[in-house]
Amino acid sequence: MTTSEYATERETTEGRVFNVTGGDWDTVTGSIDPLSNEKIVVNMGPQHPSTHGVLRLVLELEGETVTEARPVVGYLHTGIEKSIEYRNWVQGTTFVTRADYLAPMFNEAAYCLAVEKLLGVTDQITERANTIRVLFMELNRISSHLVWLATTGMELGAISMMLYGFREREYILDIFEETSGLRMNAAYIRPGGVAQDVPDSAIKKIRDFLVYLPKKLKEYESLLSGQIIWQQRTQGVAVLDVTGCLALGITGPVLRASGLAWDLRKTMPYCGYETYEFDVPTATTADVWGRYQVRLAEIRQSLKIVEQALDRLKPGPVMIADKKIAWPAQLAVGLDGMGNSLEHVAKIMGQSMESLIHHFKLVTEGFRVPPGQVYVGIEHPRGELGVHAVSDGGTHPYRVHMRDPSFVNLQAIPAMAEGALLADVIAGGASLDPVMGGCDR
Amino acid sequence: MSIEPNPTGGVPVEAAPVGADIDAPAQTPASPQKGMFGISGTGDVSGFGGLVRPRPEVVGSPKPYGGYFDEVTDALEEAYPGFADAIEKVIVYRGELTLHIAPEKIAEVAQIMRDDESLRFELLSSLSGVDYLAGDVRRLHVCYELTSMTYRRRVRLEAAIPAGGSLPSVTGVYPTADWQERETYDMFGVIFAGHPNLTRVLMPDDWEGYPQRKDYPLGGVPVEYKGAEIPPPDQRRVYQ
Repeated sequence: MTTSEYATERETTEGRVFNVTGGDWDTVTGSIDPLSNEKIVVNMGPQHPSTHGVLRLVLELEGETVTEARPVVGYLHTGIEKSIEYRNWVQGTTFVTRADYLAPMFNEAAYCLAVEKLLGVTDQITERANTIRVLFMELNRISSHLVWLATTGMELGAISMMLYGFREREYILDIFEETSGLRMNAAYIRPGGVAQDVPDSAIKKIRDFLVYLPKKLKEYESLLSGQIIWQQRTQGVAVLDVTGCLALGITGPVLRASGLAWDLRKTMPYCGYETYEFDVPTATTADVWGRYQVRLAEIRQSLKIVEQALDRLKPGPVMIADKKIAWPAQLAVGLDGMGNSLEHVAKIMGQSMESLIHHFKLVTEGFRVPPGQVYVGIEHPRGELGVHAVSDGGTHPYRVHMRDPSFVNLQAIPAMAEGALLADVIAGGASLDPVMGGCDR
Repeated sequence: MSIEPNPTGGVPVEAAPVGADIDAPAQTPASPQKGMFGISGTGDVSGFGGLVRPRPEVVGSPKPYGGYFDEVTDALEEAYPGFADAIEKVIVYRGELTLHIAPEKIAEVAQIMRDDESLRFELLSSLSGVDYLAGDVRRLHVCYELTSMTYRRRVRLEAAIPAGGSLPSVTGVYPTADWQERETYDMFGVIFAGHPNLTRVLMPDDWEGYPQRKDYPLGGVPVEYKGAEIPPPDQRRVYQ
């Protein structure tokens, strides 16, 4: 038996327990008697660089083969759904945006679509607001897929891909910042429209990005696709076919990589997606390689949608005309970020008592939403994001449930990992693209 | 203004109301809501304390329901002999169809919804709970959002049980319900009979109580000023 400062060990009733904190796998395997201890149980995570946040995997190993895998979640549970019940409907946006932190625009959009459906004002949302929503959701999809490419590259050994992916994502976060004042968690999409109009400077940045990214995408494809290690780590790994996906409720790129072209933007369109021209990329291999191909193709399709959205962006209001719903605070991006527009404050404080009362009522009390319940599902970068919203007729949500794709998709880990090698657990888990903020909410 | 589903897809389109918005679709507490700022007795000089806002009763929608809703209910009636006993209420609201199901029948109905050729709800999109605090018998509702990929339709099944009650697990029909039922158990204390491993999923294993229930005690925040404390959110003076 060997002792090491990295791998301390102790005897328990369930067997010998090792605490492994460094690269000393040999120490652990060397001190296990292969005749009496055939199985070892490895606790991967919750703090582990390759588990996408605080995901814990309990793996039972025989040699290097995984015989049982159990994902354990909940380490990032923040009670978002409960907190929303004590805020008004507009404030809810700032909570949901923090769930899946790589796709904040989608969280906001799904929530706002649900609130608007409850209010019965879906068809009153202005064309410009809808176009801006599509524009920002697609930019967000690109940034989310870039992070997937970056982290998966890192986990499979292509460290440079991580730097490139995060670098490109930063361009998109700059666009979000230019428009809303915040890189992430912008609370930009609000019930009734969006918080404020897109400035011309942001439009220019998007146009530049449309020219910039396709060239870079080609580089990454030539960096990864032809790479023999990348191919061997992804092809035929973590296979899950259509039947498995549907039974386990897996949607998004994982489902499309198994051959079913199910994309809510096409099949149950919202925000006017039916008027855009784009394809739904699929693959037939149902493995990590297929998911990689689908995500790359989706970035290209999203660029196409962004271009169409920019072309049809006509001047007009970005908030619903109904003054009983529209957020009265006209916002402006100042030197220190987004805040109240000084012109608007001057008007309501100095000229119009009614505007001041109206502003006060809507901001402190909020609008009332008729009693009822709705479910809205949208195509999130990871699959179907559903919002089930219930109103009791008051100014606060009675209940909001987010059906987050990360939470549902993580159920596929045992199906993908059991019987495979330990190294493939990393590739398979990464190919699901789980974001624990969304999973645990 | 009424919204009716587009038969060709899930997009709500404006249409003439056909029994689509005549009711309150969610079972909110039946007792009338009083006051406006969360205070009672003295201290209210606004007069709003005397305000009584009655809550509407849940009433089923009359046929025809409009859109694909009639096809779905007719197909279920044809395929499922126990339809009359199992379906408590049919509600159409905001272009969505909700079938209230007797709790003990939920797994049977889900099986038919998945397997019948004219229904084909292959995917259970979402499963979650709502605590309506209404009476003892119908306090906790579990909502099942079914999606038919073949016909591009959505339907909600809803089952109501008392606190501490149980209903059959649908994991045998939709394996994806596994974690979602665990979450509903974790947050509302709904027992799903027949679930393979009904343990907490988001809260710690040794947690007590069910946080998403409406009567779950919320913590206040002590402030460092003469023993003052910020009251829990449900006891603050707010518009209601």
